[in-house]
Amino acid sequence: MAVNTEKNSYTVIFAIGMVVIVGVILAGLFSWTKPMITQNEEIEKQQNILYAMGVNENDESSAVFVSTEVASKEFASNIKEQMVITVDANGKMLKSQTRDEYMAENNNKEPYLIDIKKQKSNAKSGEPRQLPLFIGEKDGKKIYVAPIYGKGLWDAIWGYVAMDKDMVVQGAYFDHKGETPGLGANIKQRFFMDDFYGEHLLTDAGVFKGITVAKGNADPKNENKTDNEVDAIAGATITGDGVTAMIKSDLKLYVPYFKSLKN
Amino acid sequence: MAKDSKLILDPLADNNPITIQVLGICSALAITAELEASIVMSISVLFVLGVGNVVISLMRNIIPSKIRIIVQLIVVATLVIIVDLILKAFAYELSKTLSVFVGLIITNCIIMGRFEAFALGNGPWRSFLDGIGNALGYGIILVIVGFFRELLGSGTLLGFPVLGDPIEKTGLYALGYENNGFMLLSPMALIVVGIIIWVQRTRNKDLIED
Repeated sequence: MAVNTEKNSYTVIFAIGMVVIVGVILAGLFSWTKPMITQNEEIEKQQNILYAMGVNENDESSAVFVSTEVASKEFASNIKEQMVITVDANGKMLKSQTRDEYMAENNNKEPYLIDIKKQKSNAKSGEPRQLPLFIGEKDGKKIYVAPIYGKGLWDAIWGYVAMDKDMVVQGAYFDHKGETPGLGANIKQRFFMDDFYGEHLLTDAGVFKGITVAKGNADPKNENKTDNEVDAIAGATITGDGVTAMIKSDLKLYVPYFKSLKN
Repeated sequence: MAKDSKLILDPLADNNPITIQVLGICSALAITAELEASIVMSISVLFVLGVGNVVISLMRNIIPSKIRIIVQLIVVATLVIIVDLILKAFAYELSKTLSVFVGLIITNCIIMGRFEAFALGNGPWRSFLDGIGNALGYGIILVIVGFFRELLGSGTLLGFPVLGDPIEKTGLYALGYENNGFMLLSPMALIVVGIIIWVQRTRNKDLIED
């Protein structure tokens, strides 16, 4: 029996049927893969933090994380403490908690899983913001890794910046959701991320200045580490400005904590 | 059938989706600054177009013509999301590389174009061949454009420096050669595609429209 596919009733039934079938397939697939995806994302966060503090398997030119199998173990052994600093909407430090204190208050949630995007929008609506800070040790020196989050040209960009107690960068990792391949997407390439190593976030006078991704800064080899500038990527101005902005706005909030270390 | 081979070969040259049908230009501009991105995008489109054409072809007798465009869109979007979810669960690293392409694949007009022009009127096997052929034709242009843009724009190929180091001034750069930063911007993709069209039509005069 041939079906008349031109009838309105057939069109409606077909549309409903299609939506139901596609909906069931996608919903089923999503709930089946969700636990695996969540786990992958947690491991990735650990790899990112480790990468920023210099625990990685970089070869000559490309960025390589520690493998997924050992990421959790490496994370546990390298990150000695996960602090959570709470600041009010004006950036005033309210309290700082250790990992154990934070987890006791928040259903055993690890501080490295704090959603930076949500914390940023909290701060915008005037609520206190939680700032995670991961403290590790490398070559006998204490390293502080802070997450940053902002927006690039098309979508979100984020990263982790490792610093020493004087806020001199010890490593950086950037990532993005949908920047243009070949242009803005290159912020996660070694040639860009490595430039941040050794850059000062503070001026000589100790005032927070951040690091500007600058075009034509006459220092393409990036030899001057106290100019608060790194060389930009050609054709990726907006993404570069996004990196500058997220470093300035997010790392600034940690300044009171670093000042308190000195006392 | 002897004609089957034409389904694969035609889109490679004389009926190329980009240079002749002028479809898929948006992604040809957007992601060809690097050779690697061009290759990844070509493979993704190859998969989606091959499978999508078969799915649409199997459904061609039951799709109501009034809502066929929406049905095609749903098929593409569903396929892409399924692949994306599975990659995220089992090949997370790969999915990170591909995530930026997902949106570009769904909106690629070649895919909708082939569904509409071919799969709706032909059997699954021929639709499959047509999908593969068109994706390859699309891929060739992408790779050519990506090759020239990366070579002239950054002096690298697949990320490896081939012309020397622009900062240390070695290789070609010692002779005063400079990378052309303009090659990295989208307008140059259009110009490179234009040059390909010019070369192609000069070699085959039949392609010139009146």
